[in-house]
Amino acid sequence: MPVITVTVNRATHKIDVPDNMLLSSLLRDELRLTGTHIGCDTSQCGACTVHVDGRSVKSCTMLAVEADGLAVTTIEGLAEGEKLHPMQTAFRDHHGLQCGFCTPGMIMAAVALAEQNPAPTDAEVREGLEGNLCRCTGYQNIVEAIMSGARAMHGARS
Amino acid sequence: MTPFKLHRAKSLSEATKAFKAAEEGRFLAGGQTLIPVLKQRLAAPSDLVSLGGVAGLAGITASAEKITIGAMTRHADVAANADVRRLLPALAEMAGGIGDPHVRNRGTMGGSVANNDPAADYPAAVLGLGGTVVTDSRRISADDYFQGLFTTALEDGEIITALEFPVPERAGYVKMPHPASRYCLVGVMVTKGAAGVRVAVTGAGQGGVFRVPAMEAALAKSFTAAAIVGIKVAADDLMTDIHAGAEYRAHLIGVLARRAIAKALA
Repeated sequence: MPVITVTVNRATHKIDVPDNMLLSSLLRDELRLTGTHIGCDTSQCGACTVHVDGRSVKSCTMLAVEADGLAVTTIEGLAEGEKLHPMQTAFRDHHGLQCGFCTPGMIMAAVALAEQNPAPTDAEVREGLEGNLCRCTGYQNIVEAIMSGARAMHGARS
Repeated sequence: MTPFKLHRAKSLSEATKAFKAAEEGRFLAGGQTLIPVLKQRLAAPSDLVSLGGVAGLAGITASAEKITIGAMTRHADVAANADVRRLLPALAEMAGGIGDPHVRNRGTMGGSVANNDPAADYPAAVLGLGGTVVTDSRRISADDYFQGLFTTALEDGEIITALEFPVPERAGYVKMPHPASRYCLVGVMVTKGAAGVRVAVTGAGQGGVFRVPAMEAALAKSFTAAAIVGIKVAADDLMTDIHAGAEYRAHLIGVLARRAIAKALA
């Protein structure tokens, strides 16, 4: 099995992984970071979205070995201690979830979107969520949370 | 996924060697099609040869006449590239409309063109712009490259290294995306350049991407949306599936071609 070096949420791991292990399995089964959810078998739902070297990817659609030498951020890596990331706070304030299953992926997609676009419009947020499915909420509060969270991330009052 | 042996090639020669030694090898580019296929067990290769570590396969160079895009260049990087946006905005726009943001951060142009999905976007760009597929052993013109559903001129083990696009005078691309997958129900690329007018249609053909000579001839005389009103593509060779029938796709080709011309003229 190849030995890879991967930095996850600022901690560096040197770890043996099977050739056919997905990044999502490495995170969940080996590193026990179960905030990254698996919502489908078909790479469609986006619940497993994480950041790899700062870019949003579906961790179920990338081999763990391909993360060798790269930095991964999961939902567990956003908060600083007890202090939630502004996007997490915005999801709570705007009730941007019902069952919560898709939320980790939604928030990781939202943070990546807001890093590129500090003040996304409603349409830009909806376009940016093309790869993330929510089966409860109808997206309205998710979109509001992301617009507010983006403003908060960039220092404006939400 | 069924077990496979993964080779992380550092060079094209290493990649070729690993592929040739494999019982049933597949190249892995961005993996946004191949990995879902493996997860569904629709393929069970003995060996995967990853091209992610091969130096020199990613990146974009541009001159006033030509844009060259490395095979491992991600869709998001094509969409964001300043030279592509300036010289060939239709291609940047196409790249920015593939799949979703996460797919665009991993998926590569070479992988898409090698796969030649009949509903993918990039085949319309390569054929519609009269591009060139550059491989580790030769150069293949777009007109020779696409040979049917998931079928190309690539030999077993041949690796795409880059795609070259002549910079056109005018280009426009419009697609009707499937609302869930964002693959093309129909997508039409219309261009006017040194090699004349080209109209390429993806998403619709039973044999994958194709050109529309009648529209090209009319547009060569007058590059306006009005010039192709009334030119119909026969539904016989178009796809019918649960999302759209062949007649509907035939209708869309005309509508989207006119919109693509309007975009090219904007």
